[in-house]
Amino acid sequence: MKKQSTILLIAPITILLVVVLILPLLAVLLPTVFEGGAVTLSRYIAFFQDPYYIKIFVRTLRIALVCTLVCMILGIPTAYFISRVSKKWRGILMSVALFPMLTNSVIRAFAWINILGKNGIVNQILSALHLVDQPLSMLYTEFSVLVGTIYLFLPLMIITLVGVMENIDNDMMEAAESLGASRLLSFVKVILPMSIPGIITGAVLVFTGAMTAYTTPQLLGGPKNMLLSTLIYQRAMTLNDWTGASVVALVMIVTTLIVMKGLNAIAGRLDKRGEN
Amino acid sequence: MRKNKFLTFYACLVFGFLFLPLAIIAVTAFNTAPTISFPISGFTFKWFANVFATKSFLSGFQLSFMLAIVATLIALLVGVPAAYALSRNSVRGKKLLKSFFLSPTIIPGIVVGYSLYQFIVLKLKLPVMQGLLIGHFLVVLPYVIRVVGSALEQFDFSIEEMAWTLGCGKAQAFFKVVLPNISSGIVAAFMLAFINSFNNIPVSMFLSGPGVRTLPTALMNYIEYFYDPTVSAVSVLLMAATIAIMFVVEKTLGIGALTK
Repeated sequence: MKKQSTILLIAPITILLVVVLILPLLAVLLPTVFEGGAVTLSRYIAFFQDPYYIKIFVRTLRIALVCTLVCMILGIPTAYFISRVSKKWRGILMSVALFPMLTNSVIRAFAWINILGKNGIVNQILSALHLVDQPLSMLYTEFSVLVGTIYLFLPLMIITLVGVMENIDNDMMEAAESLGASRLLSFVKVILPMSIPGIITGAVLVFTGAMTAYTTPQLLGGPKNMLLSTLIYQRAMTLNDWTGASVVALVMIVTTLIVMKGLNAIAGRLDKRGEN
Repeated sequence: MRKNKFLTFYACLVFGFLFLPLAIIAVTAFNTAPTISFPISGFTFKWFANVFATKSFLSGFQLSFMLAIVATLIALLVGVPAAYALSRNSVRGKKLLKSFFLSPTIIPGIVVGYSLYQFIVLKLKLPVMQGLLIGHFLVVLPYVIRVVGSALEQFDFSIEEMAWTLGCGKAQAFFKVVLPNISSGIVAAFMLAFINSFNNIPVSMFLSGPGVRTLPTALMNYIEYFYDPTVSAVSVLLMAATIAIMFVVEKTLGIGALTK
């Protein structure tokens, strides 16, 4: 294709992205590294010296990490199960996994308010069985944010993994089993290593998603369990502290990028090892 | 495959975890009691009537619907030509350009919303609607680039070249040969973009103005002040719409179109 026509086709999107994404980001983020005309990181150093902010930062990472691990523990066997059933059943099960993902995150958080709240279903069951005298307070804790976030991202993990696992030949498993490996062993030795790129892709999506999700921590966390995302909103909209919000925003972007690049580098290295 | 009882049981538990919370919401939507309780005390449609009597839900639905369609159309308008240009191997810096076009996915939605609020609403003082439209354009663009891009990767470009040698102009060949061949990719991109724009919160949260709220932000606002099954009723309506969309997609493109 001619260079001119390529430029003509690419120009509109490029200009639009520069004007509505890059410029706003620079306008918001650049002022955080300038003070009195000189470049400075003092605001970021201050951020990581403030125990209140450190607590929120660590809590965000902790929830993202635990969420990713739980999604892997729940998702890997389930995705394996889906990838091995008949084509008709696979379509049905994929739809069931997809449905929550297409449902609004407010609704998904609201479901857990109904389940974990003071008058929620869990407490109603526990008191009906006379297991507790006082209703347990599970809502507006780190636990409820974690459960809500796992609920939010488990479908994503399952769907990403099925995409990889359904391409693994059934014969591989049968070969391993006919050579005397137990089903669990052949899963661990054959399917799992071949699924690692998919698992890492899923882990990146879930981790970065959990790190930046806003609705769930807002509805299930309450003011005592703020994460970076709810902190940005609070700084900006409640306290009008624009610089503060921008600092948190850049911390969030950089952390997300580091995690993404780091995990992808691991995936790349594993891929190379597989080739040798 | 031979049946593995433990694996089947495990998968059933996971599906129960995915499915039950939404089923519980659906049940509470028909409950007579004003506070959400379970098991239900009686059957009623009054929460659904309440949905249609709540102005913020109706105007929110209208806004979300329109926003999703217009933002997606704009994204298709600039996204399809770019994806087409990138699908040609001769383009230099192809990988870099593609990751630039997908860059809105790398920037967290909450940051996109916040920076647009600062820049578009506070600094440029553009009307609320334009801000929302820009924000939702950024939300949906990556879906268009990714899904249309992968449809173009499947397309055999020798067909297009054949059209050229047979005397078709470049534009004519694109509209008569390329576009019909990637139409299912475009429809899939439209569906995914629409759903993600319609469900978006972090971007809309910042860009909503007085009286201008999308449905999800109106819902979120409602939950903070009221605690009754009206939200469950809205949820049931939205879930029914989702099921309808999934059914149509399954019948036309196959449900796999939504998992890309």
